Amino acid sequence: MSYSSLVSITDYSKEQMLHILKLAAGFEANPNQDILQGKVAATLFFEPSTRTRLSFETAINRLGGRVIGFSDASTSSSTKGETLKDTIKMVSNYADIIIMRHFLEGAARYATEVTDIPIINAGDGANQHPTQTMLDLYSIQKTQGRLDKLNIVMVGDLKYGRTVHSLLMALMHFSPTFYFIAPEELLMPNEYKLICQKNNIPYYEDSNFGPEIIEQADILYMTRIQKERFTDLVEYEKVKNLYILHNYMLEKSRDNLRILHPLPRVNEISQDVDENPKAYYFEQARNGLYVRQAIISHALGLV
Amino acid sequence: MNTKYIKGELQVKALENGTVIDHIPANKLFKVVEILQLEQIPNEVTIGNNLASKRMGVKGIIKIADRFFEEKEINRIALLAPNAKINIIRDYEVTEKKIIELPDHFKGIVKCVNPKCITNNEAMESRYTVLSKTPLVLKCPYCEREIREEELQLL
Ligand SMILES: [Zn+2]
Repeated sequence: MSYSSLVSITDYSKEQMLHILKLAAGFEANPNQDILQGKVAATLFFEPSTRTRLSFETAINRLGGRVIGFSDASTSSSTKGETLKDTIKMVSNYADIIIMRHFLEGAARYATEVTDIPIINAGDGANQHPTQTMLDLYSIQKTQGRLDKLNIVMVGDLKYGRTVHSLLMALMHFSPTFYFIAPEELLMPNEYKLICQKNNIPYYEDSNFGPEIIEQADILYMTRIQKERFTDLVEYEKVKNLYILHNYMLEKSRDNLRILHPLPRVNEISQDVDENPKAYYFEQARNGLYVRQAIISHALGLV
Repeated sequence: MNTKYIKGELQVKALENGTVIDHIPANKLFKVVEILQLEQIPNEVTIGNNLASKRMGVKGIIKIADRFFEEKEINRIALLAPNAKINIIRDYEVTEKKIIELPDHFKGIVKCVNPKCITNNEAMESRYTVLSKTPLVLKCPYCEREIREEELQLL
């Protein structure tokens, strides 16, 4: 595997994470540079995700690189039965780096084993989406001025939400205190609580989402609760309105509190929160551009 | 002790040179044959199954003439027969006893439990990291799922 690939957030050491964040700050200050001039990046989206693809392609374009690829597997050779291996090998003949999103879990890891060019995982099923995690970290650092010793409140689907799992893993390096707020059916899986215990990271669990919890928070990380996750729809009806953030709930919150959300949101953050200066989810998404500029240039050894 | 082994426990014809794999769980015997690819070798192979065993109730035993396995090869059966005993026979004598050890990493043998895992959808070999031996916990390095003993499915 080429060392410069990024498949899973745990591929990065703490030092590497901090290095990427520093590079990202440089790109935020100066987002238009020529460092990818003469380079070709392939964006292979076996599963469509317009939001993520546009963020990556903008990152490449603003650095002077060129983009090839496809945005939907139905227009690509994989629908003709070509294996992932063959597609990756074929594209490796043309591109300097591959950014891929795939509906199968482990697809990006496997891709690193069949090519020598760097692979950036832009999401593999329910498994990993490390550039999302890096932009979450960047947003936290930027709004709090630090990453260490923060109170992180995670709300919603903590069982299936890959973004909260990866963020939890990344924050292991920075002595956080976690508050896991979720309905019974969507609690943080045990393996992550065990990891917290092993690393002496305190965490609290509650199914009540209200102002008392929010008052503790430096970061409030909201996620979507999806109906499909419930085996018992009666249960879904009971909880679906309990994990919605309204503006009045933020009255006594800390001044430094910022609200993050991986987007797209449905109704878990009410529209009246958008005008609150503590709402940070739109800026958060923009930070993805700088973080992806940093990750791509770093993977190619150009910075 | 060697004599006892040959006359007492050994319920099939004695071996001049080769390997005896003893104490295989009876219901795993043919899977062991498959994993060691014994169908494909020209050597004389003697298989006994459902033999009486004090420790196991019934057990399986495989004797392969003139064949000596590398540790890496034999450890592939560790998931199936963790308590199997490997006896190396030379000139009718047990010259070496080996204990099977589950390696920290291995390829194949197990099917990843995750149907959306790339290993279940692409013509490729699965591989695993052993996170814990007792209780058995494996991790698929592709989809990153942990697999516990009770969910284990052999390929
Ligand atoms: Zn897997």
